[in-house]
Amino acid sequence: MSASSDTALGLTDGRGSRAVRLVIGIVLVVVFAGPLLAMTVTAFSDGAGGLVLWPEELGLENFRIAVDLDVLRYLGNSFVVVGGALLLQVAVSVFAGYALARKRFRGAAFVMVAVLATMMLPEEVLAIPLSLVLADVPVIHVNLIGSLAGVIFPLGAWGFSILVMTEFMREVPVELEEAARLDGAGEWTVFSRIILPLCKPALGVIGVFGFTMIWDQYLLPLIVSDDASTYTLPIALRSLRTDPDVTVGVLMASSLLALLPSVLVFLFFQRSFARGLTAGALKG
Amino acid sequence: MATSIAPRPVTAPRVAVPRLRGRALVPWLFLAPAIVLFLVFKFVPMFQAVVMSFQDVRPYLGNVGVGGRNYTGLVQSSGFLSAVGNTVVLAVGQTVGALVVGFVLALLVEGQARSLAFVRSAAFLPVVVPVAVVAELWRALYSPSPDGPFNEIIALFGALPQGYLNDPGQSLLSVMAVGIWRDAPYDMMIIVAGLVGIDRTLYEAADIDGASRWRRIFHVTLPGLRPVIAILLTLAAVRGLRVFTEVFALTNGGPNGTTEVLMTFIYKVGFEQNRLGLASAGAVVLFLATLVLTLGVRAVRR
Repeated sequence: MSASSDTALGLTDGRGSRAVRLVIGIVLVVVFAGPLLAMTVTAFSDGAGGLVLWPEELGLENFRIAVDLDVLRYLGNSFVVVGGALLLQVAVSVFAGYALARKRFRGAAFVMVAVLATMMLPEEVLAIPLSLVLADVPVIHVNLIGSLAGVIFPLGAWGFSILVMTEFMREVPVELEEAARLDGAGEWTVFSRIILPLCKPALGVIGVFGFTMIWDQYLLPLIVSDDASTYTLPIALRSLRTDPDVTVGVLMASSLLALLPSVLVFLFFQRSFARGLTAGALKG
Repeated sequence: MATSIAPRPVTAPRVAVPRLRGRALVPWLFLAPAIVLFLVFKFVPMFQAVVMSFQDVRPYLGNVGVGGRNYTGLVQSSGFLSAVGNTVVLAVGQTVGALVVGFVLALLVEGQARSLAFVRSAAFLPVVVPVAVVAELWRALYSPSPDGPFNEIIALFGALPQGYLNDPGQSLLSVMAVGIWRDAPYDMMIIVAGLVGIDRTLYEAADIDGASRWRRIFHVTLPGLRPVIAILLTLAAVRGLRVFTEVFALTNGGPNGTTEVLMTFIYKVGFEQNRLGLASAGAVVLFLATLVLTLGVRAVRR
């Protein structure tokens, strides 16, 4: 097999090809990672009034100003939201996945269709009625507007996570479950001791995707917060910008804080990310 | 499906009936949290959106049915029609642009080498950056002052400073470029995964037949990627129709409404002008558009 049949372009290992690849690689990294690098450098440049690629005066002044403007509180709000919503999302998904994958019951097909339907209901479309629902939650009549709980609960059930969990739990051999039941294991034991431990890779996928999805939320916290005290960091950026005292440097320092968690999660869990990316795209 | 539990033989009916009932409850108990959350935060709001779209919504006074007046009002308002136009232009441009760029990138970074894996990861970064951060970053890059980053770059080639987001003639294209920057690496990653599945013997056969690189790409690679490309197109087009955050944070529809899209329009009508019925009608239209698009593509593919 000739080396040129390995890829669509069929670049060989010759010297010319390698030079071409090097140039392409550099261009790609500059175009896609360069702006993020500029953002980082600007954040650490004292008094930066615009994006810079080389710091004139290295320092933490921008972060100090950002902290004075309550950025840490917004960051804290973001962490509360992502912690609460992710925990809820994972719990809801493993429960629902267990029922859909391991139980045969009347109505299962209907529930499956309903889960798929939620994935076709963009949250953007629901924004206005959702704000009314949050102001007066049906049955319990609680007002969640102006509280972080109002951001957390609507994110609690996510179709994508439920589907990933269901697919994965289907793969666990039924013999394992039957053996446990013969030994007298109850429903909860089967769920928590047999099925769940075998689904760790799927937990990684829904954890990483759930984190990214929740961290990137914008419209929901926007309609829930009625004043700055419940802003998450992404929506706080916009109001920071309108403050005449906020320089590009301060804005980039705050943006960097908003960006760091999701980039770290991506870098540490790249494998889970890749797994879910293809799964999600192929499901459509 | 093979893993589902076989129905158990019922031996003692009199005892088994209550027990069976308990068993039948088990799946519903496990599903309960998901069902409650979906009902309250997805299905009830959807139902309400449809109802409100036929009403004059008056908080504390009670809503009045107005038939299809919200929908006719929507079509007659000039803001809505230009928002629909902008949304379609943005969705098509962003989808096709990201796909073409993503495809070219995928061809360039396909391969086993470690250095390629590094380039892929670096290029993928924009996908995981929160949209709000992308917007602030690009606003800074697009700074219209002569010493803004892009203006300094084009000045190297002798071009005059441009307005980008502030220039009504360039604003929509500028927003589109941001979308392509963020989506292209995603498409790239999915296409790279698709490229792995292409039969290598076809490439060899093409080589033996003396096919050029271009013919190889057009007659072997692209046909092999068709399902992947179809999915990416659908996902991106739906995402394009419902775009909100990018536009809201980059321009909020300005200047002069040149970047107003459906969602920013609905947001303004609903939350700023408090015309909830009208905004709901807009949301229902948007929902139907995404539904038709998704089901339409699915029907065409079958």
